[in-house]
Amino acid sequence: MSELLSRRNDRVLTLTLNRPQARNALNNALLEQLADALEAAQSDDSIGAVVITGSERCFAAGADLKEMASRDMPATLNDPRPQLWARIERFPKPLLTAVNGYALGAGCELAMLSDIVLAGDNARFGLPEITLGIMPGAGGTQRLIRSVGKALAYRMVLTGEAITADQALQAGLAAEVCPAALTLEYAQKLAARIAQHAPLALQAAKTALRQAHELSLAQGLQQERQLFTLLAATSDRQEGIAAFLEKRPAAFKGR
Amino acid sequence: MTFILSDVQNGVMTLTLNRPERLNSFNDEMHRQLAEALTQAERDDAIRCLLITGEGRAFCAGQDLNDRNVDPNGAAPDLGASVENFYNPLVRRLARLPKPVIAAVNGVAAGAGATLALGCDMVIAARSVNFIMSFSKLGLVPDCGGTWFLPRVAGRARAMGLTLLGEKLSAEQAHQWGMIWQVVDDEALIDTSRALAAHFASQPTFGLGLVKKALLASENNTLDAQLDLERDYQRIAGRSDDYREGVAAFLAKRPPVFKGK
Repeated sequence: MSELLSRRNDRVLTLTLNRPQARNALNNALLEQLADALEAAQSDDSIGAVVITGSERCFAAGADLKEMASRDMPATLNDPRPQLWARIERFPKPLLTAVNGYALGAGCELAMLSDIVLAGDNARFGLPEITLGIMPGAGGTQRLIRSVGKALAYRMVLTGEAITADQALQAGLAAEVCPAALTLEYAQKLAARIAQHAPLALQAAKTALRQAHELSLAQGLQQERQLFTLLAATSDRQEGIAAFLEKRPAAFKGR
Repeated sequence: MTFILSDVQNGVMTLTLNRPERLNSFNDEMHRQLAEALTQAERDDAIRCLLITGEGRAFCAGQDLNDRNVDPNGAAPDLGASVENFYNPLVRRLARLPKPVIAAVNGVAAGAGATLALGCDMVIAARSVNFIMSFSKLGLVPDCGGTWFLPRVAGRARAMGLTLLGEKLSAEQAHQWGMIWQVVDDEALIDTSRALAAHFASQPTFGLGLVKKALLASENNTLDAQLDLERDYQRIAGRSDDYREGVAAFLAKRPPVFKGK
């Protein structure tokens, strides 16, 4: 059985982390499969959005500690891992995570890298790296503070203690909390709703949202306007507005 | 010493608080044994109802004060530690256990013993029983969920009176005030509570677990949030084996055989 299961429903691709013996620990091989799958989905016009999930008890409980332990300083310096994360981050289509159970360390970082997090009521988000004498190494100190703010981010990173799904919702890390048995289903429904929209508009909107953490407000507004202008040149924009005025569903072509 | 007697039969786990010479008051060891039994109740799907009662003439007299000798010259004790390590996990686990928890209150329930009983899902008390929120008489605060459960089950005015005065409350009065499910004659307590437990052990446990969870969530939710939660839980319940069985049995006019899943 593959460690990354892949399933299609209409325009939604679901990728399931499947290393139950290692609580879905994200080793390099699994990250690479994830990056490969997302790159394949990027060039597949029939895929509108992707959902990443784990099992009902565990999303991903961290990186692979055995793998990490075997890497000394020079090996860590040239670890391909940052490139793998960068490939995952470059995925331009809407990326959702359906998180049940533990999303710890790299698992939490993967969830935070995604665009929308749906959390099961049994979900736990945490960055326990500090308890191992290390620290988050794939965005944990950066994306967490940007979504939940200083107080909670410092607390989580310096204590290593996890937060519950409800706390994650309140803090702005998760978009929604649902019963664990329904998390994936609801994430897929949400992804299906998103995937109906014009692909270029989704891509442009995602790019603009990403810039919010990279640029100043003035630069961000300028880039937003450029992307907005870009969409004016698409036929899907004509179709979208025409369909709205004619009170019919839009038929987007991705151009 | 066995401070918790555990007996599992026909889907019912009966836990008997067993320090009768100390009115079943809690010490650390008794807490540990109770926690161990609860782990079994949580893990074993064959257990579909939990029944808690006391050995001897008391249900539970709360914390054993013999363990709490305060040395007038020593440092102040940290009562928060036992609340954090023992009482709070106990209340949380009973509230979250996805199966009905019955308290058969056979005798006096005082302090944490009284508030523990109120935290159970169904409370049946023997007629001669008194509930005593005795904390205030020692200068303490009701723990074991007391300050949360009491205003909810008794109303604010009664919760205030009960906790500030710390006086006895008869089972009859507790029942009249809607704080407990049922009062029965002393000699009928065992049979009545066992019959209720046996009933629950044959019921659609998965659905009952969701009912408990929904009621607990309602304490924090707005109506809107709770309506969404009802939609979600009904969706899950509708996919259970027991729901299919319930409908099939109804349509076939036969008694349902629920598996609890």
